[in-house]
Amino acid sequence: MDSKQLYQEVILDHNRKPRNYGPLEGATHVSEGLNPLCGDHIWLRLRVADDRIDAVAFEGQSCAICKASASMMTASIKGRSVGEAETLVTAFRGMVTGEVDPSTPGNPIGRLAVFSGVKDLPSRVKCAILPWHTLHAALGSQTVATTEGAQDPMGGAPS
Amino acid sequence: MSATPLRKPSADTAFDVERIRADFPILHNVRPHGKPLSFLDNAASSQMPQQVIDRIVRYETHEHANIHRGVHLLSTLATEAYEGARRSVQRFLNAKEDREIIFTTGCTEGVNLVMHGYGRKFIGAGDEIIVTHLEHHSNIVPWQMLCEEKGAKLRVAPIDDRGEVIQEAYDALFNERTKFVAISHVSNALGTINPVRRMIDVAHARGIPVLVDGAQAAPHIAVDVQALDCDFYAFSGHKVCGPTGSGALYGKAALLEKMQPFKGGGDMILSVTFEKTTFNTIPHKFEAGTPPIMPMIGLGAALDYLSAIGMDRIAAHEHALLEYATEQVSALDGVRIIGTAREKAAVLSFYVGEVHPHDVGTLLDEEGVAVRTGHHCAQPVMQRFGVPATVRASFAFYNTFAEVDALVEAIRKVQKLFG
Repeated sequence: MDSKQLYQEVILDHNRKPRNYGPLEGATHVSEGLNPLCGDHIWLRLRVADDRIDAVAFEGQSCAICKASASMMTASIKGRSVGEAETLVTAFRGMVTGEVDPSTPGNPIGRLAVFSGVKDLPSRVKCAILPWHTLHAALGSQTVATTEGAQDPMGGAPS
Repeated sequence: MSATPLRKPSADTAFDVERIRADFPILHNVRPHGKPLSFLDNAASSQMPQQVIDRIVRYETHEHANIHRGVHLLSTLATEAYEGARRSVQRFLNAKEDREIIFTTGCTEGVNLVMHGYGRKFIGAGDEIIVTHLEHHSNIVPWQMLCEEKGAKLRVAPIDDRGEVIQEAYDALFNERTKFVAISHVSNALGTINPVRRMIDVAHARGIPVLVDGAQAAPHIAVDVQALDCDFYAFSGHKVCGPTGSGALYGKAALLEKMQPFKGGGDMILSVTFEKTTFNTIPHKFEAGTPPIMPMIGLGAALDYLSAIGMDRIAAHEHALLEYATEQVSALDGVRIIGTAREKAAVLSFYVGEVHPHDVGTLLDEEGVAVRTGHHCAQPVMQRFGVPATVRASFAFYNTFAEVDALVEAIRKVQKLFG
C-alpha cells in the first residue's frame, strides 16, 4: 500500500498535538510499553474507579504511528468501562494484524480505522499496537508490556 | 527548495559504475512501489553480483559433496573449491598463511570464537578487557559474557562529539590487569574509521593481543592484517557481496595454536578414543562439523570480484559518494548528521528534525530509497548522542550520485509532510 495513505492528516495531527499527553495524578494503573527493536518507549497511566476509566494519560518517546495510536487510544477509552476498553484492544489488534475486517457490522473500531493501513506495513504493526498492549497490561496490573515474545503481534500467540 | 543538485563525477573517471551495476541483477529486478531502487542499506547487507551467484550455482550443479572426506571426484572438487576460497580470503586480507584463516558463519561467530578459544583460556578474575564506545553489540556482548563468567572487567574507551575514540583516554585505560583489546575498524552506526594501527601498537607495547572487528571495514577499505599487525581480524561474508552464513576470522598462527577449540565434533580432530581426543591442526581445529560449504565458496568468489575491481578504487568512489551525500544532506534545514569523524567510511547517520527515524524510513521506502533505521545494534552509541535511533544511509561501490539525489529528494518530501 501507499504509506502516505497511512500518514494521513489525522495521524500527523495526533503526532503533532498528542491528546492526553503527560503525567497523571492519582493513577490506579500504570504500565510501561517497550518496543526494543525500534526504541518506542511509552508510559501509560490510568485512573479507574467503579470499573470506569475516569482519566488516562501517556508520555514517552516514539515514532508518529505509535504516538498517534496512543493519543487516539486515550481519547477513545476515556469514560469507558474496563470491559469496553478490552473489547477495543481486541478489535484494534485484529485490524492491524489483518485478522479482522474493521468494516464488519458491529465492529467497535470507529475512527481508529485510520490505522487499518498498518496491516500492509509489517515492520510498523508493532508501532501501532504498542499502546494497546500497554493498555492491556495496565488493566491486567502488569507493569511492563512489550511487542516481543509471546506478545509479538507478528508471530506470538495473543496475550 | 533548491534546484536539483549537480551530479559530481567520481574522482576516478575510469570507474564505470554503470558497468558494475550491470553485474547486480537485484538492482534492476526490483522497483519498490514502482520507483527505481536506491539501495542504501549496504552496511546491513550488501547485494550479490552475478559472478558470485554463478559460482554458487556451479558448485551446486557440478561440485557438491562433503569436504575433507571422500576419495571420490566430487568430494575432491568440493574440497578444492572450499580450500580455494580460504586462499581468496588469505589474499584479500594479505595474511601470511592460509591456515591463519578460519571460516565462520559471520563476524559475530568470529568474535565469539576468540572469546571462547582465547578469552576463556587466558582471561581470569580481575583481568580487564578494553573495548570502545563505538562497538556493535557483537563486539560488546561476548566480552560481557566472558567478564560475567570469569569475574573480569570490561573497560570502555570513550568517544568525542564527532564520534572519534579519544585516543588519550584509550591509552589511559591500560594497566597491569589489561589482558585483551577488542575494537572495531569502522563503526557501523557512525562510519568512524578508527586509527587501529596506532591502537594496536599501544596494546602491543604492553604485549596485549588485539581483535579487530572488521565487519564494516572489509567491504570498504583495503585491509592488510600484516601491516596492521592485529592478532585477530573478523568479518562477515554477506557485507562483502557474499552469501549470508559466510565469514572469516584471521588469527596469527602462534595464537590460534595455543587456543582451545570453540566447537567439538568431526573434522576438528586427528584421533578420537573414549580416553583421549587429539585435536586437528589449525585452521581445522576450529571448524567442527560440516561447514556451510556453498556460502564459503561464494565468499571466495565475492572477494575475488572485489579484488578484481580493486579495493582502493572502491574506497575512492565511496568516499566521493559520502562527501557528496554529506554536503547535500547537511544542507537540508533541520537535518542533524550524527557522526562527523575526520576519517569516515561510507556511512551517513542522521536525524530529520523531530521526525522519528522509523517514520523517515517508511516514507523513504515509498520513494524507492532503502535505508536502515533504528539503533543499528549499537545502543551505547545512540545513548552517547542522546537519540533513540537514527536513519542510516550506507553506500557501496555500486551506488551512484543519482541515488544520493533520490535520498535528498525523499528527505525533502518527509520534511514537507511533517512540516
